[in-house]
Amino acid sequence: MPERKIVDAKNTFCPGPLMELIANMKQAEVGDELEVLSTDEGSANDIPEWINKVGHEMLESFQDEGVWHIVVRKIK
Amino acid sequence: MKILIVGGGMGGTILANNLARRLRNELKTGKASITMLSASDKHMYQPGLLYVAVGKMNPSELYRDQASLLEPSIEFKVDPVVEFDLDNNSVKSQSGATYSYDVIVIATGSRTHAEGTPGLAENAEMFYTEADAVKMYRRLEEFEGGKVVVAVGVPHKCPMAPLEITFMLIDYFKQRGIWDDVHLHYTYPIGRTHSLEPVAKWATPEFDRMGVTYETLFNMKEVTTDTVISEEGSEEKFDLLVTVPAHKGMQVIEDAGMGAGGFIPTDRQRLNMEGRDNVFVIGDTTNLPISKAGSTAHFEAEALAENIASMVTIGTATRDYDGKVFCFIEAGEGKATYAMFNYQNPPDPKEPTAGIHWFKTAYNKMYWASARGLL
Repeated sequence: MPERKIVDAKNTFCPGPLMELIANMKQAEVGDELEVLSTDEGSANDIPEWINKVGHEMLESFQDEGVWHIVVRKIK
Repeated sequence: MKILIVGGGMGGTILANNLARRLRNELKTGKASITMLSASDKHMYQPGLLYVAVGKMNPSELYRDQASLLEPSIEFKVDPVVEFDLDNNSVKSQSGATYSYDVIVIATGSRTHAEGTPGLAENAEMFYTEADAVKMYRRLEEFEGGKVVVAVGVPHKCPMAPLEITFMLIDYFKQRGIWDDVHLHYTYPIGRTHSLEPVAKWATPEFDRMGVTYETLFNMKEVTTDTVISEEGSEEKFDLLVTVPAHKGMQVIEDAGMGAGGFIPTDRQRLNMEGRDNVFVIGDTTNLPISKAGSTAHFEAEALAENIASMVTIGTATRDYDGKVFCFIEAGEGKATYAMFNYQNPPDPKEPTAGIHWFKTAYNKMYWASARGLL
């Protein structure tokens, strides 16, 4: 079973949610899922943009009580 | 209460001195003790390496004897920890000794991990150790022009370093009179030129004004003798590659299984290791999603010193760390600015000024007062 790791980047400005995801992606295994928690509106756009450009998989993205949950899978 | 501090960098040193002052009476009466274990008898001012890399500081200016920075009531040993036994409140050190504790603070910092990117260590210049910074300066002195690429790994120590080294390289090339023969190309891992949006909004037009080209969403995958290839599929040829490499926590943390990449899962406010009430973590060693910077370690150390002192005197912690970070930003042309923020308030950097540059230059000397807990 692939693991799902939570990357809690709520209420942080630097390095920020996407940079946290990139750092965590390096430590993940192919097939693992990562769920980024972000209070930065920009994450809903910039994380999918990077995921698509690199070639990982976007699983879902939704906002709940002011927090974006962006779930991705490491493909390579 | 036996307090053991592992690591004699900025965080550990400020914490130890702050605690020693708060617990002066308890240390005298034996109610408390503070022991620091460090890997070196020397303390290095790490931000100075950036200046060494461009010939603005000499390595000899970066060091003090660690013992000279510590309050006399602190027991200091050069004896790095090689094994943590958190279940039994003890550590083993390189000398073979076992140190027990009631409270432990882990402040072992981070290290570059250039070897994680194939070809990077062999083909790039960097400035995170004295040897690397000196090597980079020697390489710059030989450089007569061509394409210089700045490439950035994740995570890295000092979030301002990519911008600062870029602006300082411009100054360096101008002072040597070869700027017209240089094409400087800046790359950055996310979709703007800096992780802090207000800083990116300032830096990007500065790059345009100075003729620096840039590419965002660029994460190094592999480096050859003349090309850096990104995870995103682009390639950049270079004559000189300058990198801010990815970092990891210390090997002993990874080996103990205390945190992926050597970064220990840490509570944001109380700074305890997750699941442990008597294990605290500060500085680069945490896995907190905040800047790996000296100022982070400094402000965490102050908050934690207050809490540990309260644990000794009234039996409980009293303060939360609020995520405070303060970073100078050298902007080139003799100017600098700064970014200050915490968990709740974003940064609002001001226009760079000569005054802030000179304050930063002064801080390069005042650091030692800061490490002693006086500033």
